[in-house]
Amino acid sequence: MQITQWSDALSGWLIGLGLPEWAAIFLVYAVGAFVLINYGMLSVLLLIWITRKVISRIQDRIGPNRVGKFGLLQTVADAAKLLSKEDITPREADKIAYNLSPILSVSGVLMLLAVIPFAPGLIGVDLNIAALFVVALGSIGIMAALMAGWGSNNKYALLAGFRVVAQLLSYEIPLVLSILTVVLLTGSMRFGSIIESQSLHLGGFNLGVGWLGIVMPGALLIFFISSLAEAELTPFDLLEAESELIAGFHIEYSGMKFAMFFLAQFLNAWILAAVMVTLFLGGWQGPGVGLPVVGPLLGFGYFMIKVFGVYVLQQWIRGTFPRLRIDQMMYFAWKVLVPLTIGLIVVQAIVQKLPTPVAVHYVLIFIANVGVLAIVASILQKYFREEQMRTKRSFEPTSLIGTMQVNEEGTMY
Amino acid sequence: MELPLGIQVPIPTFEQFIFIQVALVTAVAGLAVVTSRNLFHSALALTLTFFGVAGVYVFLEAEFLAVSQVLVYVGAIAMLIAFAIMLTRSMMYGRTSPLNNQWGKSSLFALLFFMGLLAFARATPWPAASEEVIADEAMIGALGREFVTTYVIAFEVLGLLLLLALVGAVMLARDR
Amino acid sequence: MLSQYFFILIMSGLAVVLPLTAVIMGYFIGPRRPDEVKNDIYESGVETIGETWVQFRAQYYLIGLVFVVFDVEALFLFPIAVAYQQLEMFAVLATIFFVLLLVIGLLYDWRKGALEWQ
Repeated sequence: MQITQWSDALSGWLIGLGLPEWAAIFLVYAVGAFVLINYGMLSVLLLIWITRKVISRIQDRIGPNRVGKFGLLQTVADAAKLLSKEDITPREADKIAYNLSPILSVSGVLMLLAVIPFAPGLIGVDLNIAALFVVALGSIGIMAALMAGWGSNNKYALLAGFRVVAQLLSYEIPLVLSILTVVLLTGSMRFGSIIESQSLHLGGFNLGVGWLGIVMPGALLIFFISSLAEAELTPFDLLEAESELIAGFHIEYSGMKFAMFFLAQFLNAWILAAVMVTLFLGGWQGPGVGLPVVGPLLGFGYFMIKVFGVYVLQQWIRGTFPRLRIDQMMYFAWKVLVPLTIGLIVVQAIVQKLPTPVAVHYVLIFIANVGVLAIVASILQKYFREEQMRTKRSFEPTSLIGTMQVNEEGTMY
Repeated sequence: MELPLGIQVPIPTFEQFIFIQVALVTAVAGLAVVTSRNLFHSALALTLTFFGVAGVYVFLEAEFLAVSQVLVYVGAIAMLIAFAIMLTRSMMYGRTSPLNNQWGKSSLFALLFFMGLLAFARATPWPAASEEVIADEAMIGALGREFVTTYVIAFEVLGLLLLLALVGAVMLARDR
Repeated sequence: MLSQYFFILIMSGLAVVLPLTAVIMGYFIGPRRPDEVKNDIYESGVETIGETWVQFRAQYYLIGLVFVVFDVEALFLFPIAVAYQQLEMFAVLATIFFVLLLVIGLLYDWRKGALEWQ
């Protein structure tokens, strides 16, 4: 059951009360959309708290623990502080682009909540083209970054805006192509039927563990890496680099407008995690979701556990990985991920037409995916080893004068 | 519904009402594209026009076309236009006037063209949707099927065109 | 189907209105004391030299062009992927040929160094 279905019942009731049909539908939909959007905006409070806690633990700190229990209300306090800050518009800024950009960046992300399947039957709209809808609306965020960079009348903002656009465009291709592998296997772009196809029945009981990520770990990894880049999370946050640079394209923003960019970024990471769970990790599938009453509740629980699990994983990577340079980032997108995904698609297209049982198809696809996994892993391993060597070398003194210390035995260390 | 000058206008249904809004946004944004003095604002208005056109496609129940419109035009073409504006530095300053000495002639031509289109549109016997269009996944599948069966030549020519675009991009944009 | 998109229309309206409300609230709640230095462009304390909107390298345009090509390619493959299970051998070969054409393009750009970021 979708929202559109029980909303039909609700609007039927409203029409019975004497409302014209369009007004009833409008009212019901508006309430649904309002709830979804407020859910999105409020969940960011929790997301920021999780991020801060995870990163604090990694950095051997405690993290926020003063406001509210476990510091849960810290973000509320921060939001209130940002609300009371002055709204600065820099001199000679392009007012239209400057003011529109933070709002657009949030609304592009919030609209994606309409197609996220939270539980069996709990989905805004089950579009036939949901998989493409997610990618298409991502372009609003890209536009917003460009507008912010342009509108701020700041060289650094403009430079960062352009680089962000180049990054997001480059990683959109592997993202789209890895979604294509899922569509190729399931034959559907609807999130509803993609999740349905990930069920695993055992004698009438839905185990719900036929996750596509098990068959296609390579595509899953490529989607995850590209989603990190699309959300501008750490290995790919070289344009913001909060600890070293000046915050990228939103450098000139203050107060609530700055908060909007922040909100968009965290929510985008969460939604990309939700899309990944939907496509590869079974969505709300799990043991017992087929049961009559507790099924939907269980499904909602499974979905939330998986999405927040992926979100924590994203933040874990954010806390531990070093940043890439822009040339490395472009290299990785165009010369590693794009050829590998195209290879996967070609292999999958051939395998799915082999005159063998379906089980053999799955095994062959799995083997191809493991190959992709191995290639990506070896490239990453090589990169990190080189990076480690480089860092070590840069800490070694180039000149020995003044750095030598001699101990009592006369040996140097 | 009767307008002041005695013009009879049928009361629009709810769908028509929304359609009129979408069409208005599209048209006004299109007007802003050609009248804006700031090139970047023109590009932004063009993006809004693209969204409006996607909305019109939705009204035609062509959802795949609508999402393609957003993905390709808003997501890629608008970015390319912005990049192109940045590459031609001289156009960004001095807020170019949207009018030059040929605006009279060109608007006349535009008007004539519009009249021609209108006459053509009114003269064409459009096939009325006799049965309700079943817009589900099968439609998208059928579209994909047509690509590689009926229109396979056009499809491969398109692939060739994209290949040429890739080759041409290198030729055009190499730093020299 | 139209009702689905009506929901999305309402959603997009609200998705613009709610952040707008937040920004407007911030505008009225926060103080407003603009001065010359505060409204200056932030460049790590150094005064800005020259104009902001400098000319950019053709590299960005190149990335954009390559992106458009692959975006369109992926877009055409999506409906084929939906129908893929029912396609005959000829259609499958046509699809794979289409993908291989693009692979040739990618290899050409690779050889010409268009994918490198200098």
